[in-house]
Amino acid sequence: MSILSGKKVIIIGDRDGIPGPAIEECAKTAGADVVYSSTECFV
Amino acid sequence: MDLENQKRVKDLAEEHGPENIVVLLGAAEAEASGLAAETVTNGDPTYAGPLTGVSLGLKVYHVCEPEVKAEFDPQVYEDQISMMEMVLDVDEICSEMNSIREQYCKY
Amino acid sequence: MNSVIKGTGYVLVHTPDMVLHNGTTQTTERIVNPESEYLKELPKHLRSYEDVLSYYPNQTYIGNVTPDELAAVEQPWHDKKAPMNDRFGPFGEIMPQEEFLLLMQACDVFDLVKLSSDFVAAHKDALLKNEYVGPAVEGRLAEGVSMEEVEKLVNEEHAEPLYHGNVLVGCVKNAHDIDVNLSAHVMLENIVSKASSVLAMLHAVRNAGIDKNEVEYVIDCCEEACGDMNQRGGGNFAKAAAEIAGLDGATGCDVRGFCAGPAHAILNAASLVAAGTFKTVMVTAGGCTAKLGMNGKDHVKKGLPALEDCLGGFAVILTADDGVNPCINLEYVGRHTVGTGSSPQAVISALVTNALDKAGLKINDIDKYSPEMQNPDITKPAGAGDVPQANYKMIGALGVKRGDLEKSELAAFPQKHGLVGFAPTQGHIPSGVPYIGFARKSILEGTINRAMIIGKGSLFLGRMTNLFDGVSFIIEKNEGKGQEAGVSEEQVKGLIAKAMKDFAASLLAE
Repeated sequence: MSILSGKKVIIIGDRDGIPGPAIEECAKTAGADVVYSSTECFV
Repeated sequence: MDLENQKRVKDLAEEHGPENIVVLLGAAEAEASGLAAETVTNGDPTYAGPLTGVSLGLKVYHVCEPEVKAEFDPQVYEDQISMMEMVLDVDEICSEMNSIREQYCKY
Repeated sequence: MNSVIKGTGYVLVHTPDMVLHNGTTQTTERIVNPESEYLKELPKHLRSYEDVLSYYPNQTYIGNVTPDELAAVEQPWHDKKAPMNDRFGPFGEIMPQEEFLLLMQACDVFDLVKLSSDFVAAHKDALLKNEYVGPAVEGRLAEGVSMEEVEKLVNEEHAEPLYHGNVLVGCVKNAHDIDVNLSAHVMLENIVSKASSVLAMLHAVRNAGIDKNEVEYVIDCCEEACGDMNQRGGGNFAKAAAEIAGLDGATGCDVRGFCAGPAHAILNAASLVAAGTFKTVMVTAGGCTAKLGMNGKDHVKKGLPALEDCLGGFAVILTADDGVNPCINLEYVGRHTVGTGSSPQAVISALVTNALDKAGLKINDIDKYSPEMQNPDITKPAGAGDVPQANYKMIGALGVKRGDLEKSELAAFPQKHGLVGFAPTQGHIPSGVPYIGFARKSILEGTINRAMIIGKGSLFLGRMTNLFDGVSFIIEKNEGKGQEAGVSEEQVKGLIAKAMKDFAASLLAE
């Protein structure tokens, strides 16, 4: 069963890992509805 | 996890129903991934944010985990994320994420 | 005309009480969880000034330990002692809190910093004796006020308390009763930034061997904003700090770009010099109280010292080409544009390889890359990884993709072309610029020819855009062709010999 298709997706990216917008691009291709995307910064 | 992000997660889970939500993480290390995953499942382990004591049990994955990666368009993943697989310790991240999901994920 | 790096100043200020009272991790915790174990535990994890002096990364920041020497020391570093515990180094100093509180008072021109007269009396001489700072602050130090007055201001007038050794010793008053942009909290952050910038400027002027009056323009690139309710970010930290530092011939402005600010500011400064607009331009930034103890929860949980206990500051002086000092190459700059996107590979390509392509260089033609030089001792336990190492892995991976590197060379790339992080997590402070002092020295000594400075900024934190940002530039050996007033080879050799001799002397003097 698909994990992302048709789901509401919340993205918590990381400045020094993978930033939110990059994850968003991928999530959209899986049929997810991105409802929030943010990028955290620990430095 | 940032307090504003916790607030948004809480509000969105209420709005859409926790069973309909998936959280995707992009953290740089296994431990940070685990902490963020714990926050959206069992509650904020640092007792600082709106998710303190709130066990949403949301489904949560790190974006480099094979289960979710398989659902992305491979070309988009290649362009957006693939290089970070060389930088991150993906195995360690996966095992941490699996452990949190087993303990706290409700969906 | 090229612009050259004439000199640098790098300073740290040990501020343990500000960790407790002004760091946002702690101030937030005090609001949401005032009785927390963390707040009770944290004071036990604060380091002494002596421990801060003998901390390897700190000695590297002020120039007493080279990045190569630091790289040879096994991590973690917090449980080791450097072989020296010097306050001063060839690039700057590590100032103790008590003197810095007095320096803040000297930098305050609106009668906002109130220190108890006993405190002033106890520490005034120490600050005046500092050969870099003393002359600049002489005549600017107030005698102080009674403790009753300090307590009244804190208890009744919303002043921000100042502590030393967890004892109240003074306060910063608000500069307006209603205007939040002039609140005591904002004024404290701004005066701290200004004072630490002044300290770095004074060291830079001395290290560059120039007269203060030669500086024509100053660009501040910290991450604070000064202004009132009608112009929140009006500015101008640069000129305010230049006034205290005694740069009477300078004007200036502030350049902002989150952590990428310093790299943007240096490009601006180098361009002003290259265009002939000004002959001598200084770029500077002071430190940030908000970030003190930012990752303290992780450090405390793991039984480590609270390693984010120092403010950082820096200043870089650029002048017209002297035929000797390393140049900033303005032809081949890297930049993250609106259309670049935020995928890590797109960011690194925009900042690193696009510039190299323009220059016709390969990845390994740059001897040393200086991206974000955050100290991994601080970031690794906090789950942010080793930031410079992650950057080197990405740069190396791109090199393999381009065919500049063999895959077998990838593992050795970070060590060969990279540096270990040695700067405090003060946002803009670690961003590329901490290496400029060492880059200048290494290029003058002939051990490297080219370094790339990479600044990245998290613009999305301001909630005005979701974009990332960054710029990069190359520092390279001066071929001696562009000097303004024909310097002979003999003179060049003499200058290099002098620079090296000065450096050796400053090391021996410790």
